[in-house]
Amino acid sequence: MARLSADNLGIASEIIERYPLPKSALIPLLHLAQEQDGYVADDAMVHIAELVGVTPAEVLGTCSFYEMFKREPVGRYLVNVCTNISCQLMGGEELLHHAEQRLGIKAGNTTTDGLFTLEDVECIAACTEAPCLQVNYRYRHRITNEEFDQMVDDLQGGRLDAEVPPHGTLARVRQSIPADRRAGAIAPDDDREPAWLVPPAEPDDEVAAR
Amino acid sequence: MTITDAPKIITSRFGLEDAHTLTRYEATGGYQALRKAVAMAPATVVDEVKAASLLGRGGAGFPAGVKWGFCPPGVWPRYLVVNGDESEPGTYKDRMLMERDPHQLIEGVLLACYAVGCGQAFLYVRGEMALAQERIAAALNEAYAAGYVGKNILGTDFSVDVVLTWGAGAYIVGEETALIESLEGNRGMPRLKPPFFPAAKGLYLQPTIVNNVETLCNLPWIIANGGAAFAALGAESSTGTRMFAVSGHVKTPGVFEVEYGVTTFRDLIYSPVYAGGILGDRELKAFIPGGASSPWFYAEHLDLPLEKSTVDKAGSMLGSGAIVVMDETTDAVKACLRVVRFFARESCGKCTPCREGTNWLERILARILDGYGRPSDLDLLMDVSDNISPGIAWPPKQTTICPLGPSAVSPIASALQRFRPEFEAHLARGLQSRVPVSVSAPVRAAAAPAGSHG
Repeated sequence: MARLSADNLGIASEIIERYPLPKSALIPLLHLAQEQDGYVADDAMVHIAELVGVTPAEVLGTCSFYEMFKREPVGRYLVNVCTNISCQLMGGEELLHHAEQRLGIKAGNTTTDGLFTLEDVECIAACTEAPCLQVNYRYRHRITNEEFDQMVDDLQGGRLDAEVPPHGTLARVRQSIPADRRAGAIAPDDDREPAWLVPPAEPDDEVAAR
Repeated sequence: MTITDAPKIITSRFGLEDAHTLTRYEATGGYQALRKAVAMAPATVVDEVKAASLLGRGGAGFPAGVKWGFCPPGVWPRYLVVNGDESEPGTYKDRMLMERDPHQLIEGVLLACYAVGCGQAFLYVRGEMALAQERIAAALNEAYAAGYVGKNILGTDFSVDVVLTWGAGAYIVGEETALIESLEGNRGMPRLKPPFFPAAKGLYLQPTIVNNVETLCNLPWIIANGGAAFAALGAESSTGTRMFAVSGHVKTPGVFEVEYGVTTFRDLIYSPVYAGGILGDRELKAFIPGGASSPWFYAEHLDLPLEKSTVDKAGSMLGSGAIVVMDETTDAVKACLRVVRFFARESCGKCTPCREGTNWLERILARILDGYGRPSDLDLLMDVSDNISPGIAWPPKQTTICPLGPSAVSPIASALQRFRPEFEAHLARGLQSRVPVSVSAPVRAAAAPAGSHG
């Protein structure tokens, strides 16, 4: 897997034209590749490089900086347990330990059936709901060991499919700018003063009347 | 206790299930401020925000109106970048604002663009926040269709595209120049300031305003009710209301919008209206007043008001409005290690003192906790800290481009100064027994990572 599909190519062009310079679309496009394949494939990076006019090495350079981009296949469900300070105080490390026992893997690994990847992550902004975790970036708040086991059972049984899409899918609604409403990307060398800041020219007769 | 009856400015719709829809937003006064603003001169809108003395809510607390004024006159185009990359440990407010009331943020973005003359706006949401991205995408689609965003907004010559963009997991991208790098499609590493102050040279080296989500969410209220009404709330330099997240060892953790500058830490932590006191009615050991980067506070600081200059003078900061409470059962060394480990993991690697220093701090703390500490380690911690932040003072000096490195020094300076006997106890225990405590128990079976190259 692979280059972007025809459908995703359409989405990619729409994303690129929103930005003043195409390289700004890199991160959204890498997400699109990850949504398509579940991870960011090498071929996808080459394709994205062609689309935004940079070298594949530059795409890899950006891709490798960000933790969410996986350059190897991961489980269908990415389970991210927060162990940062607020969660640590409320049992986040114990929860992670339980998760390791339940799934039979250490954090950072994937189960042999390819269903779960477990990660020990930094703060995910649900500190008042500690301990918390995300499954494919969907939140689970104040989770107990029993609730964790139930969640794993439910994911295995496909009972959470409506709520938790496969790894790679983030928002299920995309921004879409209708052509007739589009103001257009403003290029960095477009040095015209914005229209609404330019004071309206006074009509001649009004000047004459003064 | 000072529980004031200040109005809810930015969380007024949090009680409504459908507050994220355009219908509900319009029914509750939404987009009226935009209608009012486009009939005003842009400079007048700026004046209202200056009159409000609105401090930035991202962490640094710089006045928003003043920041806008730093754009060099006559240099076009200007861009607006919305910082929705909330990831400071303990912080939990921008996500709620984006998920629950996305139109309020969009209206704030439009008001800022109109006032400053930004030709395009980029709303950068943290990568991990899938629901926030979904809600903002849906809200933008509705707002475009209704004529609030895009070409000729409300039939005027005000035109601006608001582009939803999103990150991919990097705390450092919350720093404004790193955010700009990320938005240009690069690795999120901060730029040297000067010369790259974003208001002068930001996105594509053009004048760029970077504002936090909560900051912008205040704008509709300010324009609708006037800057003076906003400035009438709060105290001294801290006007209006502000969101604070109280987490850790408290009975009812939560995110509360309170009057800025007046409410105290004691109110927030102990009042039944807010966090309700310490779990099990235990004693307070310490609390982090403004996110993981801030030096710790203790019982003697409880009666300080949540006011920027007061807290600055007391030796810490309100930062991103994140209060983390630790009760008497907390191991100070363990908590300190966890915060330091965060900064070590999130260091972007650009500056040597931070890249090397934070990782050494983490390793030294870990070995102390594991019982392998050396008697010289406490001095070594301070020595490494001093190389990242000379003098280990507050406000911190830095040998790095951005404040991430010095942020790792704050918890060490705090914990070592206050709880030195706990560090010494770990050292003494280690010299006797050498039994590691931070190593987790073995798991049943270790599976090979999927897709690993055999």
